[in-house]
Amino acid sequence: MTDANSLVPRETASASARPGSGLGTRIAALLAGSAAIWIALYFTIEPGSRLLTHRLLGLGAETHLGAAVAFFLFEAPKVLLLLVAVVFGVGIVRSFFTPERTRALLAGRRESIGNVLASLLGVVTPFCSCSAVPLFLGFVEVGIPLGVTLSFLISAPMVNEVALVLLLGLFGWKVAALYLSTGLLIAIVAGWVLGRLRLERWVESWVYESMKQSATYQAERLGFTERVGCGATAVREIVGKVWPYVLAGIAVGAFIHGFVPEGLMAGIMGKQAWWSVPLAVVIGVPMYSNAAGIIPVVQALLGKGAALGTVLAFMMSVIGLSLPEMIILRKVLRPQLIATFVGIVAVGILAVGWLFNAVL
Amino acid sequence: MKIQVLGTGCAKCKTLTANAEKAVQELGSDATVEKVEDVREIMKFGVMSTPALVVDGKVMTAGKVPTPDQIKKLLGA
Repeated sequence: MTDANSLVPRETASASARPGSGLGTRIAALLAGSAAIWIALYFTIEPGSRLLTHRLLGLGAETHLGAAVAFFLFEAPKVLLLLVAVVFGVGIVRSFFTPERTRALLAGRRESIGNVLASLLGVVTPFCSCSAVPLFLGFVEVGIPLGVTLSFLISAPMVNEVALVLLLGLFGWKVAALYLSTGLLIAIVAGWVLGRLRLERWVESWVYESMKQSATYQAERLGFTERVGCGATAVREIVGKVWPYVLAGIAVGAFIHGFVPEGLMAGIMGKQAWWSVPLAVVIGVPMYSNAAGIIPVVQALLGKGAALGTVLAFMMSVIGLSLPEMIILRKVLRPQLIATFVGIVAVGILAVGWLFNAVL
Repeated sequence: MKIQVLGTGCAKCKTLTANAEKAVQELGSDATVEKVEDVREIMKFGVMSTPALVVDGKVMTAGKVPTPDQIKKLLGA
Protein backbone atom coordinates (compact mmCIF):
# COMPACT_ATOMS: atom_id res chain seq x y z
CA MET A 1 0.00 0.00 0.00
CA THR A 2 1.14 3.52 -0.67
CA ASP A 3 1.98 5.59 2.39
CA ALA A 4 -1.32 7.03 3.51
CA ASN A 5 0.14 10.34 4.58
CA SER A 6 1.48 11.16 1.16
CA LEU A 7 -1.98 10.90 -0.34
CA VAL A 8 -4.18 13.86 0.13
CA PRO A 9 -7.53 14.54 -1.48
CA ARG A 10 -8.15 17.06 -4.19
CA GLU A 11 -11.02 18.72 -2.29
CA THR A 12 -8.65 20.47 0.06
CA ALA A 13 -5.91 21.28 -2.38
CA SER A 14 -7.39 24.65 -3.28
CA ALA A 15 -7.45 25.82 0.33
CA SER A 16 -5.25 28.87 0.49
CA ALA A 17 -2.46 29.43 2.93
CA ARG A 18 -2.33 32.47 5.14
CA PRO A 19 -0.37 35.15 3.39
CA GLY A 20 3.20 35.50 4.50
CA SER A 21 3.46 32.10 6.13
CA GLY A 22 6.25 30.10 4.53
CA LEU A 23 5.19 26.85 6.16
CA GLY A 24 1.62 27.37 5.00
CA THR A 25 2.77 27.88 1.41
CA ARG A 26 4.90 24.76 1.54
CA ILE A 27 2.03 22.73 2.94
CA ALA A 28 -0.33 24.09 0.28
CA ALA A 29 2.18 23.03 -2.39
CA LEU A 30 2.45 19.61 -0.78
CA LEU A 31 -1.33 19.32 -0.79
CA ALA A 32 -1.56 20.28 -4.45
CA GLY A 33 1.15 17.76 -5.34
CA SER A 34 -0.55 15.00 -3.35
CA ALA A 35 -3.87 15.84 -4.98
CA ALA A 36 -2.29 15.48 -8.43
CA ILE A 37 -0.80 12.10 -7.46
CA TRP A 38 -4.17 11.07 -6.01
CA ILE A 39 -6.03 11.91 -9.21
CA ALA A 40 -3.40 10.18 -11.37
CA LEU A 41 -3.61 7.06 -9.22
CA TYR A 42 -7.40 7.10 -9.22
CA PHE A 43 -7.57 7.10 -13.00
CA THR A 44 -4.90 4.39 -13.28
CA ILE A 45 -6.95 1.89 -11.28
CA GLU A 46 -9.40 0.81 -13.94
CA PRO A 47 -7.01 0.24 -16.88
CA GLY A 48 -4.32 -0.93 -14.45
CA SER A 49 -6.50 -3.61 -12.87
CA ARG A 50 -7.59 -4.86 -16.30
CA LEU A 51 -4.03 -4.97 -17.60
CA LEU A 52 -2.85 -6.82 -14.52
CA THR A 53 -5.66 -9.39 -14.52
CA HIS A 54 -5.95 -10.19 -18.19
CA ARG A 55 -2.52 -9.51 -19.68
CA LEU A 56 -0.06 -10.20 -16.89
CA LEU A 57 -1.92 -12.93 -15.04
CA GLY A 58 -3.59 -14.22 -18.17
CA LEU A 59 -6.98 -14.67 -16.53
CA GLY A 60 -10.05 -14.45 -18.75
CA ALA A 61 -12.90 -12.16 -17.68
CA GLU A 62 -15.37 -15.02 -18.01
CA THR A 63 -13.54 -17.43 -15.66
CA HIS A 64 -14.43 -17.56 -11.94
CA LEU A 65 -10.91 -16.70 -10.84
CA GLY A 66 -10.60 -13.95 -13.44
CA ALA A 67 -13.80 -12.28 -12.26
CA ALA A 68 -12.73 -12.50 -8.62
CA VAL A 69 -9.20 -11.16 -9.20
CA ALA A 70 -10.43 -8.33 -11.43
CA PHE A 71 -12.98 -7.34 -8.79
CA PHE A 72 -10.36 -7.23 -6.04
CA LEU A 73 -7.73 -5.36 -8.06
CA PHE A 74 -10.29 -2.74 -9.05
CA GLU A 75 -12.23 -2.28 -5.80
CA ALA A 76 -9.43 -2.49 -3.23
CA PRO A 77 -7.30 0.43 -4.47
CA LYS A 78 -10.39 2.47 -5.34
CA VAL A 79 -11.92 2.16 -1.88
CA LEU A 80 -8.59 2.80 -0.14
CA LEU A 81 -7.99 5.95 -2.21
CA LEU A 82 -11.50 7.24 -1.52
CA LEU A 83 -11.05 6.43 2.14
CA VAL A 84 -7.84 8.46 2.40
CA ALA A 85 -9.41 11.42 0.58
CA VAL A 86 -12.66 11.52 2.53
CA VAL A 87 -11.13 10.82 5.94
CA PHE A 88 -8.62 13.62 5.34
CA GLY A 89 -11.39 16.03 4.34
CA VAL A 90 -13.56 15.04 7.28
CA GLY A 91 -10.57 15.40 9.62
CA ILE A 92 -10.20 19.02 8.51
CA VAL A 93 -13.92 19.76 8.79
CA ARG A 94 -13.94 18.24 12.28
CA SER A 95 -11.12 20.52 13.41
CA PHE A 96 -13.72 23.32 13.26
CA PHE A 97 -16.20 21.49 15.49
CA THR A 98 -14.93 20.63 18.93
CA PRO A 99 -17.35 18.99 21.38
CA GLU A 100 -17.16 22.18 23.46
CA ARG A 101 -18.30 24.27 20.52
CA THR A 102 -21.09 21.85 19.64
CA ARG A 103 -22.29 22.02 23.23
CA ALA A 104 -22.36 25.80 23.10
CA LEU A 105 -24.40 25.64 19.88
CA LEU A 106 -26.91 23.24 21.45
CA ALA A 107 -27.26 24.88 24.83
CA GLY A 108 -30.63 26.52 25.29
CA ARG A 109 -32.26 25.08 22.14
CA ARG A 110 -35.87 23.93 22.13
CA GLU A 111 -36.44 20.23 21.66
CA SER A 112 -37.51 19.88 18.01
CA ILE A 113 -34.92 22.34 16.63
CA GLY A 114 -32.43 20.91 19.08
CA ASN A 115 -32.95 17.36 17.77
CA VAL A 116 -32.32 18.43 14.19
CA LEU A 117 -29.27 20.51 15.10
CA ALA A 118 -27.85 17.80 17.38
CA SER A 119 -28.19 15.18 14.63
CA LEU A 120 -26.44 17.41 12.09
CA LEU A 121 -23.68 18.33 14.53
CA GLY A 122 -23.28 14.63 15.32
CA VAL A 123 -21.97 14.14 11.79
CA VAL A 124 -19.25 16.80 11.94
CA THR A 125 -18.19 16.74 15.59
CA PRO A 126 -15.25 14.45 16.32
CA PHE A 127 -16.59 11.61 18.42
CA CYS A 128 -15.15 8.44 19.83
CA SER A 129 -17.44 6.10 21.70
CA CYS A 130 -14.86 6.03 24.49
CA SER A 131 -15.68 9.65 25.32
CA ALA A 132 -19.46 9.15 25.08
CA VAL A 133 -19.79 9.47 28.88
CA PRO A 134 -17.90 12.75 29.40
CA LEU A 135 -19.78 14.14 26.41
CA PHE A 136 -23.13 13.06 27.81
CA LEU A 137 -22.31 14.61 31.19
CA GLY A 138 -21.06 17.78 29.56
CA PHE A 139 -24.31 18.15 27.63
CA VAL A 140 -26.47 17.49 30.70
CA GLU A 141 -24.42 19.99 32.70
CA VAL A 142 -25.49 22.92 30.53
CA GLY A 143 -29.12 21.81 30.49
CA ILE A 144 -29.36 20.30 27.00
CA PRO A 145 -32.51 18.10 27.03
CA LEU A 146 -32.03 14.33 27.22
CA GLY A 147 -33.72 13.70 23.85
CA VAL A 148 -31.45 16.24 22.12
CA THR A 149 -28.37 14.64 23.68
CA LEU A 150 -29.55 11.22 22.51
CA SER A 151 -30.11 12.56 18.97
CA PHE A 152 -26.42 13.48 18.99
CA LEU A 153 -25.39 10.11 20.38
CA ILE A 154 -27.36 8.28 17.67
CA SER A 155 -26.15 10.34 14.73
CA ALA A 156 -22.48 10.63 15.76
CA PRO A 157 -21.58 6.97 15.32
CA MET A 158 -24.25 6.10 12.73
CA VAL A 159 -23.35 8.66 10.09
CA ASN A 160 -19.75 7.64 9.88
CA GLU A 161 -17.27 8.68 7.21
CA VAL A 162 -15.86 5.20 6.70
CA ALA A 163 -19.33 3.76 6.08
CA LEU A 164 -20.14 6.62 3.72
CA VAL A 165 -16.96 6.03 1.72
CA LEU A 166 -17.61 2.34 1.41
CA LEU A 167 -21.18 2.94 0.32
CA LEU A 168 -20.03 5.63 -2.10
CA GLY A 169 -17.28 3.50 -3.58
CA LEU A 170 -19.16 0.22 -3.79
CA PHE A 171 -22.80 1.24 -4.28
CA GLY A 172 -22.62 4.73 -5.77
CA TRP A 173 -23.57 8.18 -4.51
CA LYS A 174 -27.33 7.56 -4.44
CA VAL A 175 -27.07 4.82 -1.83
CA ALA A 176 -24.55 6.89 0.15
CA ALA A 177 -26.95 9.87 0.11
CA LEU A 178 -29.86 7.63 1.12
CA TYR A 179 -27.81 6.32 4.00
CA LEU A 180 -26.85 9.81 5.14
CA SER A 181 -30.39 11.18 5.01
CA THR A 182 -32.16 8.20 6.58
CA GLY A 183 -29.47 7.99 9.28
CA LEU A 184 -30.09 11.64 10.16
CA LEU A 185 -33.84 11.09 10.08
CA ILE A 186 -33.60 8.19 12.53
CA ALA A 187 -31.42 10.27 14.87
CA ILE A 188 -33.84 13.21 14.77
CA VAL A 189 -37.03 11.17 15.21
CA ALA A 190 -35.69 8.64 17.74
CA GLY A 191 -34.16 11.45 19.84
CA TRP A 192 -37.39 13.42 19.72
CA VAL A 193 -39.50 10.38 20.72
CA LEU A 194 -37.08 9.53 23.54
CA GLY A 195 -37.36 13.13 24.73
CA ARG A 196 -41.17 12.94 24.77
CA LEU A 197 -41.05 9.81 26.91
CA ARG A 198 -39.56 11.75 29.84
CA LEU A 199 -36.96 9.18 30.69
CA GLU A 200 -34.86 11.38 32.98
CA ARG A 201 -35.78 9.08 35.88
CA TRP A 202 -33.73 6.36 34.19
CA VAL A 203 -30.59 8.43 34.12
CA GLU A 204 -28.27 7.59 37.01
CA SER A 205 -29.14 10.08 39.74
CA TRP A 206 -25.58 11.29 40.36
CA VAL A 207 -25.51 12.70 36.84
CA TYR A 208 -27.73 15.58 37.89
CA GLU A 209 -25.79 16.40 41.01
CA SER A 210 -23.87 19.51 40.26
CA MET A 211 -20.19 18.95 39.86
CA LYS A 212 -17.87 21.68 40.93
CA GLN A 213 -15.41 22.36 38.20
CA SER A 214 -11.84 22.96 39.17
CA ALA A 215 -10.65 23.83 35.68
CA THR A 216 -12.04 24.78 32.31
CA TYR A 217 -10.78 23.82 28.94
CA GLN A 218 -10.45 26.29 26.11
CA ALA A 219 -9.48 24.64 22.85
CA GLU A 220 -6.58 26.40 21.16
CA ARG A 221 -7.17 28.28 17.93
CA LEU A 222 -5.95 26.39 14.91
CA GLY A 223 -4.36 27.76 11.76
CA PHE A 224 -4.24 26.28 8.27
CA THR A 225 -1.18 24.15 9.02
CA GLU A 226 -2.69 22.69 12.19
CA ARG A 227 -5.94 21.84 10.39
CA VAL A 228 -4.04 20.01 7.64
CA GLY A 229 -2.29 18.21 10.49
CA CYS A 230 -5.72 17.22 11.88
CA GLY A 231 -6.61 15.74 8.49
CA ALA A 232 -3.35 13.80 8.35
CA THR A 233 -3.85 12.52 11.91
CA ALA A 234 -7.36 11.36 11.02
CA VAL A 235 -5.99 9.47 8.02
CA ARG A 236 -3.28 7.86 10.13
CA GLU A 237 -5.65 6.87 12.93
CA ILE A 238 -8.72 5.81 10.96
CA VAL A 239 -7.34 4.46 7.69
CA GLY A 240 -4.48 2.90 9.65
CA LYS A 241 -7.01 0.98 11.70
CA VAL A 242 -9.58 -0.10 9.13
CA TRP A 243 -7.52 -0.94 6.03
CA PRO A 244 -6.92 -4.61 6.90
CA TYR A 245 -10.68 -5.10 7.43
CA VAL A 246 -11.47 -3.32 4.19
CA LEU A 247 -8.98 -5.45 2.24
CA ALA A 248 -10.20 -8.68 3.87
CA GLY A 249 -13.80 -7.70 3.18
CA ILE A 250 -13.09 -6.91 -0.46
CA ALA A 251 -11.20 -10.21 -0.80
CA VAL A 252 -14.21 -12.17 0.51
CA GLY A 253 -16.47 -10.02 -1.65
CA ALA A 254 -14.28 -10.82 -4.67
CA PHE A 255 -14.60 -14.53 -3.95
CA ILE A 256 -18.40 -14.27 -3.74
CA HIS A 257 -18.40 -12.14 -6.86
CA GLY A 258 -16.51 -14.74 -8.87
CA PHE A 259 -17.73 -18.02 -7.45
CA VAL A 260 -21.22 -17.74 -5.92
CA PRO A 261 -23.97 -18.26 -8.51
CA GLU A 262 -26.34 -15.42 -9.40
CA GLY A 263 -29.62 -15.34 -7.51
CA LEU A 264 -28.42 -17.55 -4.65
CA MET A 265 -28.95 -14.83 -2.04
CA ALA A 266 -32.34 -13.75 -3.35
CA GLY A 267 -34.10 -16.34 -1.16
CA ILE A 268 -32.26 -15.32 2.01
CA MET A 269 -31.68 -11.60 1.64
CA GLY A 270 -34.11 -10.74 -1.18
CA LYS A 271 -37.08 -8.39 -1.09
CA GLN A 272 -39.59 -11.19 -0.67
CA ALA A 273 -38.11 -12.38 2.60
CA TRP A 274 -39.60 -9.85 5.08
CA TRP A 275 -37.67 -11.34 7.97
CA SER A 276 -34.35 -10.60 6.31
CA VAL A 277 -34.45 -7.01 7.68
CA PRO A 278 -34.89 -7.93 11.39
CA LEU A 279 -32.35 -10.72 10.95
CA ALA A 280 -29.86 -8.23 9.50
CA VAL A 281 -30.40 -5.97 12.54
CA VAL A 282 -29.99 -8.82 15.04
CA ILE A 283 -26.75 -9.94 13.39
CA GLY A 284 -25.56 -6.35 13.01
CA VAL A 285 -25.84 -5.03 16.57
CA PRO A 286 -23.04 -7.09 18.19
CA MET A 287 -20.63 -6.33 15.34
CA TYR A 288 -18.44 -3.28 15.66
CA SER A 289 -15.05 -2.31 14.32
CA ASN A 290 -15.09 -4.95 11.65
CA ALA A 291 -18.03 -3.14 10.00
CA ALA A 292 -15.63 -1.80 7.39
CA GLY A 293 -14.87 -5.33 6.29
CA ILE A 294 -18.49 -6.39 6.10
CA ILE A 295 -19.77 -3.83 3.62
CA PRO A 296 -17.83 -5.18 0.64
CA VAL A 297 -19.13 -8.67 1.44
CA VAL A 298 -22.66 -7.36 1.59
CA GLN A 299 -22.12 -5.51 -1.67
CA ALA A 300 -21.09 -8.72 -3.38
CA LEU A 301 -24.16 -10.46 -1.94
CA LEU A 302 -26.33 -7.66 -3.28
CA GLY A 303 -25.12 -8.53 -6.76
CA LYS A 304 -26.36 -12.05 -6.13
CA GLY A 305 -29.91 -10.99 -5.33
CA ALA A 306 -29.88 -9.43 -1.83
CA ALA A 307 -32.10 -6.36 -1.34
CA LEU A 308 -30.88 -2.82 -0.71
CA GLY A 309 -33.15 -2.14 2.28
CA THR A 310 -31.73 -5.18 4.03
CA VAL A 311 -28.22 -3.96 3.33
CA LEU A 312 -28.94 -0.45 4.71
CA ALA A 313 -30.55 -1.91 7.84
CA PHE A 314 -27.56 -4.14 8.38
CA MET A 315 -25.11 -1.27 7.97
CA MET A 316 -26.99 0.96 10.37
CA SER A 317 -27.29 -1.66 13.06
CA VAL A 318 -23.60 -2.55 12.82
CA ILE A 319 -22.33 0.98 13.33
CA GLY A 320 -25.31 2.82 14.82
CA LEU A 321 -26.10 0.44 17.64
CA SER A 322 -22.89 -0.90 19.00
CA LEU A 323 -22.64 -3.09 22.03
CA PRO A 324 -19.42 -1.48 23.34
CA GLU A 325 -21.03 1.96 23.27
CA MET A 326 -24.06 0.70 25.19
CA ILE A 327 -21.76 -0.80 27.82
CA ILE A 328 -19.96 2.53 28.14
CA LEU A 329 -23.25 4.46 28.41
CA ARG A 330 -24.36 2.10 31.18
CA LYS A 331 -22.23 4.27 33.49
CA VAL A 332 -24.74 7.10 33.17
CA LEU A 333 -27.94 5.43 31.95
CA ARG A 334 -30.02 2.76 33.69
CA PRO A 335 -30.60 -0.49 31.76
CA GLN A 336 -34.27 0.45 31.15
CA LEU A 337 -33.22 3.60 29.32
CA ILE A 338 -30.57 1.78 27.29
CA ALA A 339 -33.17 -0.86 26.31
CA THR A 340 -35.67 1.83 25.28
CA PHE A 341 -32.95 3.66 23.35
CA VAL A 342 -31.90 0.51 21.49
CA GLY A 343 -35.53 -0.47 20.90
CA ILE A 344 -36.55 2.85 19.37
CA VAL A 345 -33.46 3.14 17.19
CA ALA A 346 -33.93 -0.49 16.07
CA VAL A 347 -37.54 0.25 15.10
CA GLY A 348 -36.29 3.19 13.03
CA ILE A 349 -33.73 0.98 11.30
CA LEU A 350 -36.34 -1.71 10.59
CA ALA A 351 -38.64 0.93 9.10
CA VAL A 352 -35.85 2.16 6.81
CA GLY A 353 -35.03 -1.40 5.75
CA TRP A 354 -38.61 -2.32 4.94
CA LEU A 355 -39.31 1.00 3.27
CA PHE A 356 -36.43 0.63 0.84
CA ASN A 357 -37.20 -2.99 0.12
CA ALA A 358 -40.76 -1.92 -0.70
CA VAL A 359 -40.07 1.14 -2.87
CA LEU A 360 -36.84 0.27 -4.68
CA MET B 1 5.16 19.29 38.42
CA LYS B 2 2.07 17.13 38.35
CA ILE B 3 0.83 15.62 35.10
CA GLN B 4 -2.59 14.00 34.93
CA VAL B 5 -4.01 11.93 32.09
CA LEU B 6 -7.81 11.97 32.00
CA GLY B 7 -9.43 9.00 30.35
CA THR B 8 -11.80 6.16 31.04
CA GLY B 9 -9.33 3.46 30.07
CA CYS B 10 -9.51 3.35 26.28
CA ALA B 11 -6.56 2.51 24.05
CA LYS B 12 -5.85 6.18 23.29
CA CYS B 13 -5.68 7.01 27.00
CA LYS B 14 -3.04 4.33 27.52
CA THR B 15 -1.01 5.68 24.62
CA LEU B 16 -1.20 9.20 26.04
CA THR B 17 -0.06 8.00 29.47
CA ALA B 18 2.88 6.19 27.88
CA ASN B 19 3.76 9.29 25.81
CA ALA B 20 3.61 11.51 28.89
CA GLU B 21 5.85 9.14 30.84
CA LYS B 22 8.31 9.06 27.96
CA ALA B 23 8.36 12.86 27.76
CA VAL B 24 9.03 13.15 31.49
CA GLN B 25 11.76 10.54 31.34
CA GLU B 26 13.48 12.17 28.35
CA LEU B 27 13.41 15.55 30.06
CA GLY B 28 14.83 13.99 33.21
CA SER B 29 12.07 15.83 35.03
CA ASP B 30 10.79 14.87 38.46
CA ALA B 31 7.17 15.35 37.34
CA THR B 32 4.68 12.66 38.32
CA VAL B 33 2.26 11.12 35.82
CA GLU B 34 -1.10 10.14 37.25
CA LYS B 35 -4.09 8.54 35.54
CA VAL B 36 -7.58 9.84 36.32
CA GLU B 37 -10.13 7.23 35.33
CA ASP B 38 -13.22 8.20 37.35
CA VAL B 39 -15.71 10.01 35.13
CA ARG B 40 -16.80 12.34 37.92
CA GLU B 41 -13.21 13.37 38.52
CA ILE B 42 -12.72 13.86 34.78
CA MET B 43 -15.79 16.10 34.55
CA LYS B 44 -14.35 18.42 37.17
CA PHE B 45 -11.79 19.49 34.60
CA GLY B 46 -14.50 20.61 32.21
CA VAL B 47 -13.41 18.39 29.31
CA MET B 48 -15.82 16.47 27.12
CA SER B 49 -13.42 14.50 24.98
CA THR B 50 -10.89 12.10 26.34
CA PRO B 51 -8.02 11.52 26.59
CA ALA B 52 -6.99 14.86 28.04
CA LEU B 53 -3.63 16.01 29.36
CA VAL B 54 -3.55 18.14 32.50
CA VAL B 55 -0.42 19.87 33.79
CA ASP B 56 -0.59 21.32 37.30
CA GLY B 57 -4.38 21.51 37.14
CA LYS B 58 -4.48 23.17 33.71
CA VAL B 59 -6.00 21.28 30.76
CA MET B 60 -3.48 21.37 27.92
CA THR B 61 -5.07 19.12 25.31
CA ALA B 62 -8.35 17.21 25.01
CA GLY B 63 -9.53 14.53 22.62
CA LYS B 64 -6.18 13.84 21.06
CA VAL B 65 -2.93 12.02 21.66
CA PRO B 66 0.08 14.36 21.49
CA THR B 67 3.46 12.75 20.82
CA PRO B 68 6.19 12.72 23.50
CA ASP B 69 7.88 15.64 21.69
CA GLN B 70 4.69 17.69 21.67
CA ILE B 71 4.19 16.94 25.35
CA LYS B 72 7.75 18.14 26.06
CA LYS B 73 6.84 21.48 24.47
CA LEU B 74 3.65 21.68 26.54
CA LEU B 75 5.72 21.08 29.65
CA GLY B 76 7.73 24.15 28.73
CA ALA B 77 10.95 22.41 27.75
